[in-house]
This record gives sequence, C-alpha cells and structure tokens, in this order.
Amino acid sequence: MGGLDGFAFTFLNLKVMAEWLPNITAGFALTVLLAALIVVAGLALGLSLAVLRAFGVRVLNWGIVFVVDLFRALPPLVIIVLLYFGLPGMGLSLSGFWATWLSLTLVLAAFSEEIFWAGITATGRGQWDAGRALGLRFLPILFRIILPQAVRMVVPPLTNRTIAITKGTALASVVGVGEILGSAQSAMAFSGNPSPLTLGAIAYALLFLPVVGVGRWIERRAAIPGR
Amino acid sequence: MLGDFADSFLNVEIVLRAWPILARGLGQTLLLSAVVVPLGLAGGLAIALLSRARSRWVRWPLAAWTDTFRSLPPLVLLIFLYAGLPFMGIDVGPWGAVALAFFLNTGAYYGEVLRAGLDSVPPGQMEAARALGLRPWLALWLVVIPQAVRNVLPDLVSNTLEVVKLTSLASVVAMPELLFQARQAQSVTYNASPIVAAALAYFVILWPVVRLLSRLENKAIAGR
Repeated sequence: MGGLDGFAFTFLNLKVMAEWLPNITAGFALTVLLAALIVVAGLALGLSLAVLRAFGVRVLNWGIVFVVDLFRALPPLVIIVLLYFGLPGMGLSLSGFWATWLSLTLVLAAFSEEIFWAGITATGRGQWDAGRALGLRFLPILFRIILPQAVRMVVPPLTNRTIAITKGTALASVVGVGEILGSAQSAMAFSGNPSPLTLGAIAYALLFLPVVGVGRWIERRAAIPGR
Repeated sequence: MLGDFADSFLNVEIVLRAWPILARGLGQTLLLSAVVVPLGLAGGLAIALLSRARSRWVRWPLAAWTDTFRSLPPLVLLIFLYAGLPFMGIDVGPWGAVALAFFLNTGAYYGEVLRAGLDSVPPGQMEAARALGLRPWLALWLVVIPQAVRNVLPDLVSNTLEVVKLTSLASVVAMPELLFQARQAQSVTYNASPIVAAALAYFVILWPVVRLLSRLENKAIAGR
C-alpha cells in the first residue's frame, strides 16, 4: 500500500468508522450532557459567589478568594483523579461521570466568580451612588443596576473560559467515562485501527466550532453599545 | 470519621515514604514546563507574525489551523499522536507526543494572544524604527514585540499558567511527571495522600502566579 492509501486505510477507514459510529454517537451525547451540566452548575455557583462577595463581609471574602485561587491553581485532571480515586478511601464513592462533573463545575465556578467579580468592580462607583440617591437599597442596586451591566461587560472572557473548561470533559475518559474520547479509545482498542479516534476528533470539531460561533454571537448581542 | 479522613487523605507517614517518587515527578513536571512553554511561545509567535501577512493564501489556512487546534481538546490531540501515529509506523514516544501536542495546541493559543498584542502596537512604531535605520527584523524584535508583549501580559501569564497545569495530561501517556508518580504511589499504598501531596505541590508552585494574575487583571480593568 502506498503512503497515501496507507494513511487513508489507517486513519480514515470508512468501514471501521461506520462500524463504531453508534458508539461514538453515544459518546457525543454523553459529552454534550456532561458539558451542559457543568456550564449550568459552574456559572450559577460562580455568579452566586460573586454576589456573596459583593456584601463585603471580610472573613467570608477571604474564604471565597482562597477557594477561587485553589481551583484556579490546581490542574483539573488532578482534581478529577483526587475525587475519583481518593473519595472511596472515605467510604464515599463518585462515578467517573460525577467526579468529572463536580471537578469541572468547581473549576468553572472559580474562574467565573473571578470574571463576574471583575465585572462588578468595573461598574463604576457612581452607579452605586446614583442608585442610593434614588432611594434604592443594597440588593435592588446590586441586582437591577450593577449586575445587568457587569454581566454584559464580562461576556467575552466568560464565553472563552467556559468553552475552554468544557473541553475538559475529555478528561473524563481518564476515569473510565465513555464520552467521545473514551468511546473512541475503546473502539480503537477493539478494532485495532485508529480511525475511531479520527471520528472522535471530528465529533469534537462538530461540537466546538459551532460553540465558538455561538459564543461570538452572544458576545455581539450582549455588547453594551458605545463601550 | 475525622481520623478516617486524616488517615486516607493526610497520612504523613505515607507521604514521607512516597516523597522520593513524588520529588522525581515534580522535577519532571518542572522540566516538562520548561520545555513546552518556550515551544508554545515560539509556535505562537510564528503564527502571530504569519497572520499579519497580506496574502489571504497565508492568512486563511492559518486561521483554519488555529481554529482546529483550539477546538480539539488537548487530551484528544495527545492521545491521537501517542496512540494513533504508531499505526502508521511512526512512534514518537511520550516525549515526542507531548512536545508535538503542546506545540500544536498551546501554539495556537499563544498565537491568538500575541496577534492581539501585535495589533495593539500602532504602525507608527515600526515606521519610526525603520526611519532610524533599523532593519525590519531588528525593528520587530527590539521595538514592536516588546510593546506587544507588555500590552497582553495578563493574557500571556494566564495562558502560561494553563500550560503548566496542562502538563498533568502527560500522566495519561505514562510520562513520570508529578500526577503520574502520585497515582503510582497511591495504587501501591491504597491511600490517596500522595495525590493530596501532589495537589499541594501544584498549589504551592502556582498560587503566586494566580495572585499575580489577579493583580494584573484588576489593573487592566481599572485602567479601562
């Protein structure tokens, strides 16, 4: 077999691909589910922490900053491995899916808290003063004046970070989850051909290229005119 | 309950026994970072400079290249190179696979950051440097690139932090870095303390970087 034929037979073997397509499709669905659960929980937790931090209770804020720093400094794979292999020693056992979900949710919460907080602090002092002058209390000012501006301001870094962390779902393959990469790897082992891995790479491109496009669209929609 | 927790997560005796293994892993992680960060930066600078080319025959393939490697999870790329290439009779080994994967993946990210940096330097800087008699490359190297780097410093530091964290993926292709060694120690001792110790090591090394980053980012926001 010539070089190009050999390459096609090895990496683009349609027969092998067709055989394992159902497995990769199931893996694709699992990746989407895992990613969606991470995005929802991570952003909600991150925003809640940022709101909590706005109350300015010093001891509480030290705690928030420490936890945020912790999950920004630790490699996600280390957290996943620790939860998956460590917790059973305490009689608590998480499946690979939920260990990955919890780890990446905490990581996304940490990064997004930092980003939401940056947005809150970047909303000028004058906005608070104006709210107060109108007779509004702390919470209405925070939720109706500050947050709507802060959130729109931080949409670009937030989408970038969210996409980057969602790609971490591939790490779940390390703890035995049959998402895209995991199912592609076992298909490769069974078929003795790496074409399923090519299929997996295509699946990720199909998933993330539109996500990047949607991210850009959200950024345009959320942009505050004239800023 | 608390005793159980200490026994299985903070077992000092086990960590001390595993320390020589962990220390070797830490050394490997530092070495790996010292190799892949410059590699990614070099690739990124090449991409950033090329993307300023006038010809669309250079710019479009380059955009496709960076989008591809930014949409592939780095672990997928690494597994592809490590487990896929040998089917073609090309065995690059763990080091080769890791170096290549990081060059492709982090190069694409550094490329985007550095391109934004180069775009932020007004063209007048280049023109002034040329008018002073500097050759194009020297003008780029001495005048434009230093300003570009300064303008995107927070993003560069942030990306570098992510790259160092990503070196933990090398454990998946059996490179004996910190996480791999910790996993070995954990499976021998049936105790999670070595992994906790590894996490602690990552934290001690990377926490100052996270702090620095917060400060740089806050400064950038305040300056807007």
